[in-house]
Formats: sequence, structure tokens, C-alpha cells
Amino acid sequence: MHPAPSVIAFTVLSGLGFGFLAFLGAGLVVPTGWAAFWVWGLGYGFAVVGLLASTFHLGNPKNAIRAFSQWRTSWLSREGVFAVVTLLVLAPVALFEIFGGFPLASLGWPGALLSLVTVFCTSMIYAQLKTVPRWNQWLTPVMFMTFALTGGAILSGFNVLSILLCVVLTAVLVAIFNTGDKRLAESGSTMETATGLGKIGKVRLYEAPHTGTNYLMDEMIYVVGRRHARKLRVIAVAFAAILPALVMLIAPEGSLLGIALALIFHLTGAAAARWLFFAEAEHVVGLYYGAR
Amino acid sequence: MTELPQSTTRKLGLVIDLDICVGCHACVTACKGWNTENYGSSLADMDAYGEDPSGTFLNRIHSYEVQPTGGGCSQTVHFPKSCLHCEDAPCVTVCPTGASYKRAEDGIVLVNEDACMGCGLCAWACPYGAREMDRAAGVMKKCTLCVDRIYNENLPEVDRVPACVRTCPSGARHFGDFADPDSNVSKLVADRGGMDLMPELGTKPVNKYLPPRPKDRPAAAPLTPIADVKATGVAGFLDRLLEKL
Repeated sequence: MHPAPSVIAFTVLSGLGFGFLAFLGAGLVVPTGWAAFWVWGLGYGFAVVGLLASTFHLGNPKNAIRAFSQWRTSWLSREGVFAVVTLLVLAPVALFEIFGGFPLASLGWPGALLSLVTVFCTSMIYAQLKTVPRWNQWLTPVMFMTFALTGGAILSGFNVLSILLCVVLTAVLVAIFNTGDKRLAESGSTMETATGLGKIGKVRLYEAPHTGTNYLMDEMIYVVGRRHARKLRVIAVAFAAILPALVMLIAPEGSLLGIALALIFHLTGAAAARWLFFAEAEHVVGLYYGAR
Repeated sequence: MTELPQSTTRKLGLVIDLDICVGCHACVTACKGWNTENYGSSLADMDAYGEDPSGTFLNRIHSYEVQPTGGGCSQTVHFPKSCLHCEDAPCVTVCPTGASYKRAEDGIVLVNEDACMGCGLCAWACPYGAREMDRAAGVMKKCTLCVDRIYNENLPEVDRVPACVRTCPSGARHFGDFADPDSNVSKLVADRGGMDLMPELGTKPVNKYLPPRPKDRPAAAPLTPIADVKATGVAGFLDRLLEKL
């Protein structure tokens, strides 16, 4: 799949933002006054910038408002609805902490839960697609949730929890890389099932529909990333999990420098992992083109 | 709405006969012609006369070579592919804006371009590559089963079929109602073993493909009888004489 920069920015930043908002909403971090302003601003900032980035890849953004309408069937629509509801529910919590100087647990906890539901909906946009076997597995939502929680813990300055979540993230990434590699074969889709010609024998593409490229090939058959997949996997795990864990191990609890450094490493790794998530994924339509 | 209808009164769709299709691409051209001039935004070509041309098509023909498992000559199969108007269409349910829908009256899957935001998720959800984003208009395009022809009373009755069916010079494409067991398409599917593409994905396509018939096996040395000329007359005498020398 084509790794559109706007979609990578959307999933990474909004995941981080909602992960952090979950910690803030749950009252695990209770800043007040100006500190609360900056901390909540950071959570809202990441979430909102991420959501805005998602509109950059739209062909016809003037209809984006309609994306809130189909929550009954569409995970993308649910994601939009939950994102807005979460931001609205948490707004009074943030305002009370900034101006009132005390937390509002009655709305904070539901807000924290809604934050995680939003991240889950984001992950289901991808995990629901049977056409992309690498994504169509339960580890996809687990991976998105672990990223959100790890980012949230780092931003909250919880050293021990961050290290623990970095260990979990490493395990999840290694697991999803390994299961992902087998998913296309497990899906049972081949050129033979795609064309229905398997009853006769082995199928190969003799002539493509056209000499040039097309939207489908540009969007679904992206081979550039797969060449460097091994190196990128190491980079993703090292930056997203191992380096932030080392920083949190050395830095004193609550050190702003430590948090900033761990966050920069984590975001770099998260971007690499998300880029790979798209670039490595094979869409079954590639079978019609004799490609993956 | 992006909820799929429980059932549709009629199931309009196509039968494509892989035994007959000669891969001439006439259906591709007719489709592009009709659909660029009629319903919705036109099917744009990008860099049409440049170095890297590409364009939006609702119907594309792949050509495959199949090597029979039991040996024998390989078969060339021309394979037209367009929207299959699936009963369980994954492209419809993923749509966040409600632009994609499946009609309860005839099962046609359509895009309301006025509501489409061009996110492309429906194209990702389709296993068959039946949806293409128009790069000029920024909205999703797909086969409409020529909904603006089949019910169009301004056209002569013979033209009230999809453009691809009307134009096919070899008679490889058939249009009809699969909900009616006595329709031409239902009979073809029953007689010839019409099949689904990628049935493992559970999309329940309405369009069916008729498999190519098995080819005859060639004799061991097909040219032997032709090469074994029995000469007569003077030539025969010379033949026998020269044989003995």
C-alpha cells in the first residue's frame, strides 16, 4: 500500500495525542494552572494536528463533514465521531484543571476511555480490510493501542511504566512483523482464486491491461519499501521502543529533557514503523497484475 | 446509506464468457466513451500525450496464460474486469460519508459523487480493483452498470444494456437479472458453471465468469499425415527409383 505522508502523520500524531489524553483524563497526571494549560495543549495539539493531517489526502475535502454520518457501518466514520466526542468530553476536564485548579474525575474517566476507543477505531480502519491480509489480524489494534499508551506514558513522564510499555511494544512489533509475513499465504488468495482459472492450472500474467501505471497500481502495489524492510524494522524497534526505554532508564523521573529526548526517539520510530505498516502491506488486487 | 440491503428485488449484473472473449478492448473503449460523456464527472486522463500517461477506467482487460495441470498446450485467457456489484459489498460499508450505496431495487452499487470526499477507503476495501479515484475530479469512480442506459426510454430498446455489452463484437458479455432463474444470465451460469472471483473473501459477487472450455490435446506429431505424401505417376516412378539407388 502507498504510504501517504498525511496518513502516517494522522495515525502517529493522533495516536500519541489520544494516548496522552487518556493519561490526563484518567487523572494519572494532574497539572494545574499554567502547567495544565501546556500539558493539555500538548495532548489536544497532537490529536487535532493528526486529525487535520488526515484531511490532506482527500480528493474532495469539501465533503469531509459528511464523514461523521455513517458510524453504523464505517470504522472511519466511527473514528471521526469518537475523536470529536472525546475532545468535547475532555474539554471541561482540561478547563477545570487550568482555571479551577482541580481535576474533574466524573468526566475524566469517560474521556480517558473514549480516547482509547478512538485509537481502537483508527486501528480498525485498517484491521477490517480483508483485502490487505497483513493488516487483517487482531495484532493490528493491539499495535495501535500499544503505541498510543507508550507515547502517553512517555509524555506523562512515568519512567517505569514507559520502560514496561516499551518492552511490550517491542514484543508486539516483532510479533506483528512475523505474523504479517505469513498473512497473505494464509488468506488463501492467489492468482488462481482471483481469476477463477485455478481449476485449469497455473496462471501467469501474459499482458497487463495497459502499458502505463494507474491509480490502483500506485495505491496498492508499492514495492519500494519492501526492499529495505529488514533494516527499517530494526530502525523502527530501536527508535520507537529501545532508545526511549534507555532514556527513561537513565533520566530522572519527570525530567523534561528526558521526556523530550525519549519522545523524539519514539516518534521517529513510530513514523518508521507506520511507514513500513503501509509500504509492506500487500493488497490482493496485486494478484490480478501478477504482483504483490 | 452504507448499510447493505438485506436482499434486493432484482440482481442485475453481467456474465462474462472467458471462452469467447478475444481481448479486443472494445468494451474498455465503449465504457470509457459512455461514462466520460454521461453520468457524473468524466473519466479523466492524466498526462495523456506525455511521457507517463494514466487514466481512469471502469473496465480493464488483463490477459493471462494458464498452464493446464495435466499437461498440454497453455491457454491464453483474456479477462475483462469491472465492478461485480457484490451482494456483500465491502466497499459500501466502509464508506464514511454515505456516498457509496447498493440499491435495494436492482442491486447496483453506485457512488453519489456529490457526497464523496475522495478518501479512497472503498478502493482499498475492494479486492477486484473495481474502484478508481479520478485524479482530476478527486472523487471515486466505478461501474454503474450503465444505470443511465438500461432504464433510459429515450434510447432504442436494443441499446438499453450496458455499453460494454452492447459493443462486444464477439458476444462474450451478457446482461441480465440473476434473481430470475429463467433469465438468460441465470441459464448461462447454470449451463456453463459460472464462477465467482476470489470467493474466499465472502463478497458474494453478482457478476459471474464462465470458465474457458478445455482445449483439444494435439496429436503427438500433428504434421506427419501431411508430410507423408504418396507420389503417383511419373513422380511416383522417380520416387521409387531414387529410393532404390
